[in-house]
Amino acid sequence: MHEEPLLKVRNLQKQFGDGCSRCKERQNLEKNYCPNCGTVYACHDISFDLFAGEILGIVGESGSGKSTMMQCLYFDAEVTSGAAYIDGGPGSAEQNVFELSSQQKRYIRNHQYGMVYQNPVHGLKMNFSSVGNIAEKLIAAGKRNVSEMEETSKSLLQNVHIPLFRMKEEPRNFSGGMQQRVQIAKALSNNPPILFLDEVTTGLDLSVQANVLDLIKKIQRELGISMIVVSHDLAVIRMLADRTIVMLNGSIIEEGLTDQILEDPQHAYTQQLVYSLL
Amino acid sequence: MTMLDVNDFGKRFTIHHLNKTMQAVEQVNFSIEKGEFIGIVGKSGSGKSTILKSIYRSYLPDAGEIMYDSARFGRIDLCQATERQMLYLRKYEIGYVSQFLNVMPRTTSRQLVEKALLEMGETESVAQIEAEKALIHFELDPKLWDTYPNTFSGGEKLRLNIAMATVKKPRLLLLDEPTASLDQQSKLKVREIIEKLKANGTTLVGIFHDIEFMEGLCDKVYDMRAGKLLAEAGVTNEG
Repeated sequence: MHEEPLLKVRNLQKQFGDGCSRCKERQNLEKNYCPNCGTVYACHDISFDLFAGEILGIVGESGSGKSTMMQCLYFDAEVTSGAAYIDGGPGSAEQNVFELSSQQKRYIRNHQYGMVYQNPVHGLKMNFSSVGNIAEKLIAAGKRNVSEMEETSKSLLQNVHIPLFRMKEEPRNFSGGMQQRVQIAKALSNNPPILFLDEVTTGLDLSVQANVLDLIKKIQRELGISMIVVSHDLAVIRMLADRTIVMLNGSIIEEGLTDQILEDPQHAYTQQLVYSLL
Repeated sequence: MTMLDVNDFGKRFTIHHLNKTMQAVEQVNFSIEKGEFIGIVGKSGSGKSTILKSIYRSYLPDAGEIMYDSARFGRIDLCQATERQMLYLRKYEIGYVSQFLNVMPRTTSRQLVEKALLEMGETESVAQIEAEKALIHFELDPKLWDTYPNTFSGGEKLRLNIAMATVKKPRLLLLDEPTASLDQQSKLKVREIIEKLKANGTTLVGIFHDIEFMEGLCDKVYDMRAGKLLAEAGVTNEG
């Protein structure tokens, strides 16, 4: 079986600070921090593949570099070095998307990526209406027909169980769970083949969390979207992900089938994580 | 035709925090012909489940090889197969049934079985029809079809589990103590189910606490003791 991954990430490196002679080889670090020059190696040598239609889970404690990695992939943050290749992206399959112009990066964000942030403030314009938020993304993706956009927005909001009589309302009036669902609707509006979900259920109460998880699973099954799901919650990962990557101090320490990671963890840290499960 | 060929298989667990390693099984050798039903018996802790979980790759094998004859990939070593290959095999070729039901919460029995079919790419209408057939076939009370399985009895959960696994028509089905904690009558039902599967040509590997139960059904029975698989404990199916 030879499959081409939809997204290939190779040797992604993100550091805050220039590094010094003492930490260049990543020696003498405290976790991922150089006590000498203060450089933080947030992501170190991250490589993985994302295949069509799969959900890839990323777990790790806070500070392990999960979110930084997502931000790099979504071009919210510049990488220090490394490459990502998108099948069907602008330019050829050999084009490192981190080296594209900002205009081309925007094209990828508008046409191929969807992002759902942990904090809806980052993904939504809180003073636009919910429909307006979705329309903004649709316009960015090149749509111009107003009535079409309104129809699309309505069906998306219905899909995420936002009552249509509230669609003209600003998300800042909504509860956290509703805001998260509007954010998901917005992220899906351009039919992205790749969706990033960064701690999307963190901070939601259990029943709302369940709703959002059901929704994600349904979307994946019906639309076949590939997703990268970042979470520190193993239950969320167990429920959603086919394969899972474990990160610690900016590096990938283990990857495998999700049930294997949970039943037969190999690395000391993963074992600690799994055995801590109540 | 040989469906599964296990050679010198071993599995060791390392628990870093306790600085301990445990050799769960070692030097395991056996093979299964297509359409056979192999039973593995042994005390709890002897390593029976470790073998099954390693075949399914819920455990990461660390010694030997598990050669499987795949419809898609040909002969493939499950110890070395990629995660994507394993996901494919789990979806289309290899099923796993345990006494525990570990499923998506808030999903009805009917939806669970349908989901198994939808994952394989069946259309909704086919999934609906086939799911109902499976639920009838495995005699799950129609009252239970549209309820959540968390309140089901052990026997009901098991039958749902088997329905979910077999609706995909796996070539190889792994049964991990399917009769544990069942009453006599439910056990009889499981036996009937296994008979039906066998009649359909499914290759089966089953772990049993109480092998008497499989009397006359297994083509071979292996005895597992302290991590080692002993020669056949006797062929019970002499017919």
